[in-house]
Amino acid sequence: MNRCTVFFVLKRYAVLVALSMATLMCVPVSAGAQGNPSEQLSGKLVITGSSTMAPLIVEIGKRFESLHPKVRVDVQTGGSSRGITDAKQELADIGMSSRLLKDEEKADLVTYILARDGVCFLVHKSNPIEALTDQQIVDIFTGKITNWKQVGGRDAAVTVINRADGRSELELFSHHFKVKPMDIKAHLIAGDNEQGIKTLAGNPHAIIYMSVGTSEYDAAQGIPIKLLPLGGVAASTANVRNETFPFARPLVLVAKSNPNPLTKEFIDFALSPKVHDLIDELSFVPIK
Amino acid sequence: MTSSMSYPLSPSNRDKLVIGLLRLCATFAGAIVLFIVVFLAIESLPTLRHIGLFRFFTDASWYPSQGLYNLTPMLWGTLFAMVGSVLIATPLGILSAVFCHYYASPAVARPYRWLIELLAGIPSVVYGFWGLVVLVPLIGAIHPPGPSLLAGIVILTIMILPTIALMADANLANVPQQYLRGAAALGLPRWATIRRVVFPAAKSGLFTGVILETGRAIGETMAILMVCGNVVQTPHSLFDPMRTLTANIALEMAYALGDHRAALFVSGLVLMAMIAALVGAADWISRGRIYG
Amino acid sequence: MVNALERYHGGREWLASTLVWSAAALVIATFCWILGDILWHGLSHLSWTFLTAPPRNAGREGGIGPILVSTAVILGVCLGVSLPIGVGTAVLLAEFTTDESLFGRLTRRSLDVLSGVPSIVFGLFGNAFFCKTLGLGFSILSGGLTLACMVLPILIRSTEEGFRSVPSEYRLSAASLGLSRTTTLVHLLLPAAVPGLLVGLVLGVGRAIAETAALIFTSGYVDRMPESLLDSGRALSIHIFDLSMNVPGGDANAYASALVLVVLLLAINGMASWLAEHWLHRRIVTA
Repeated sequence: MNRCTVFFVLKRYAVLVALSMATLMCVPVSAGAQGNPSEQLSGKLVITGSSTMAPLIVEIGKRFESLHPKVRVDVQTGGSSRGITDAKQELADIGMSSRLLKDEEKADLVTYILARDGVCFLVHKSNPIEALTDQQIVDIFTGKITNWKQVGGRDAAVTVINRADGRSELELFSHHFKVKPMDIKAHLIAGDNEQGIKTLAGNPHAIIYMSVGTSEYDAAQGIPIKLLPLGGVAASTANVRNETFPFARPLVLVAKSNPNPLTKEFIDFALSPKVHDLIDELSFVPIK
Repeated sequence: MTSSMSYPLSPSNRDKLVIGLLRLCATFAGAIVLFIVVFLAIESLPTLRHIGLFRFFTDASWYPSQGLYNLTPMLWGTLFAMVGSVLIATPLGILSAVFCHYYASPAVARPYRWLIELLAGIPSVVYGFWGLVVLVPLIGAIHPPGPSLLAGIVILTIMILPTIALMADANLANVPQQYLRGAAALGLPRWATIRRVVFPAAKSGLFTGVILETGRAIGETMAILMVCGNVVQTPHSLFDPMRTLTANIALEMAYALGDHRAALFVSGLVLMAMIAALVGAADWISRGRIYG
Repeated sequence: MVNALERYHGGREWLASTLVWSAAALVIATFCWILGDILWHGLSHLSWTFLTAPPRNAGREGGIGPILVSTAVILGVCLGVSLPIGVGTAVLLAEFTTDESLFGRLTRRSLDVLSGVPSIVFGLFGNAFFCKTLGLGFSILSGGLTLACMVLPILIRSTEEGFRSVPSEYRLSAASLGLSRTTTLVHLLLPAAVPGLLVGLVLGVGRAIAETAALIFTSGYVDRMPESLLDSGRALSIHIFDLSMNVPGGDANAYASALVLVVLLLAINGMASWLAEHWLHRRIVTA
């Protein structure tokens, strides 16, 4: 009885595994993009880079695939720097970056600006502070101001949340406010955008800097955060759109100087007005 | 018995073939760790060569962009989180298993076991998310800022508890009935039976469970990343934010190049060395006494 | 004197009882808190369309159909590779090596070290070895193979414990009847050690499904329905991570996906227990 059951199951198991592997390997993946402008586009496009941009590019990719059924757009994350290096070494067709390229990265890569986004400062909704000057911000982040009452708020120690080393927001902050990353005295460090927002939402005395689009969306959903104006201008995507907000950054696609037809077609599509609604939905500002 | 099925090989040749195949499996399984160590070593060689291992423990702090590569604060973070969580999870887990077998009625024990099996599979991101949204504000209300060593220890404890509880449960089930009946015949009360008869009988399995859970505690990445604050400093109190070696690799690997990247692989090697030391110590402690 | 003994034992017993029940209560309370949180936020977003439709709007709308398929296939590859190797190794360690043998001790120790390797290191290793060296690229196959490496130590150690728990009388009686070692193994010991194997399986599947860091670098981010094992496919845990940590407004679907994962686990574990009972039911009953 028992031995029969064991053999029965083992045999069926082996057959099952073999069958499923065989079925799944039936359809081979066509590797590499094929260029043939006169016929339908086909092939696979690999895009890697910034995790901030990945959800947007996934959606643009899906719309592109619906227009060109034989094309597959594969998006992987890994960070802006990874996207740039992958594009340079041709491990990916296109790289996504949420910051402009540094001079040493620019060699034989072309930058296409896809959208714009702002970076603003957030405090907890219960924090009575309405605005901070640039100097106050620098002092808070370098540890010279340690209590909210020094800037007119409650008597409570400031919890500074910095962004992880290597995130484009940190580089932008450092560049815009002329502060060296090493001089920032952080109490906490947040990695991804939503992690930062959730950390802030749980700490009434914290301050962080964050993408305007993400913050605006989350504040509208009821998360207890408050966007601080910068230089007198309120932090909103509208103000990033009309270019009055002082602290903005571009979201870019990079590719080698001679892209193949599929890559070129995709980039043209991504820069066209046809995807502006997708960009708006993720709270970024399309380039008109 | 075997004559009803005819095999091309004689029983002893068949045995040799089977044992050969099994040895192949085992060599394969055992070699994986070697592959990983070799891979880590190859990736970290460049920086080890021109920075030297010594600086990884004596530099001013961890600041790769300035060429500073001190791993010690993060090493302490990993150690404290591991020790804290194992110290709490082991008794809780073993007592849970004892509860299932000796104190609870079958109607209660079955759903309890299902609950723990379920929790073994919840992703670390879900635990991290819960920790970030529920636990951290709670700790922050007691003592700001919230993300801290304590949060890390609590989350790790919750995550490794199922491992030790389920292993202990399976091993307590294997204690032979004769032992329990003998103890009952001697008039031993419940706890005395458990402590003096069951635990010694199950000790090899319990030990394995502790090793597995410690390994999991050292290796956890995502949840720790979300609740510990990620600041590079040696924690001096339970409420200090800290960063573990694993969280460090996860945070910085995305953009690290050259020396920095190799330095992250060195921290991976340090983690492997820690685990190897742990396993070696366990081996030395248990020699003859547990598996014998 | 009897009274003194009873009081002594009575006090100890009472303390032990309280400790055990408090431990159980603490564990139940914590876990109910977490599961309750998931249930509360996730239940309202569950529906049949959620389970079958593809994700839209960066995962905030639509469903998780292709992601469930990717997860199932990754799990299948993982188990398909790790079960044979794992059971084989466990059998060797338990039955064919003595406790003093060097090979046995080395293998056991290397498996212990393997069980402690951080998930992120597995991700980097998987990326370098499976994706780049073996040329599989970001694919379900790479993800499954990497997970198999992670799951092996757990599977092997608990299966080994399962074999150790089989009383030596079985082996001695089989030898006295003249059975070959293979026959004893397949017909007698394997069925008897199945509970240990199943614990290892449950723990292993749990670990595999819960893995995030290793899969981001190996099976990738693509949320399309996979067409072959070489396609990149997003696993459920990565989807939950992306929705909760990267996409604004993704929390609702993150909770719903977590709930689906919990139910999936319940189903897998339930199936494993059912199988165990059916096999236990048929095995030789001890005195």
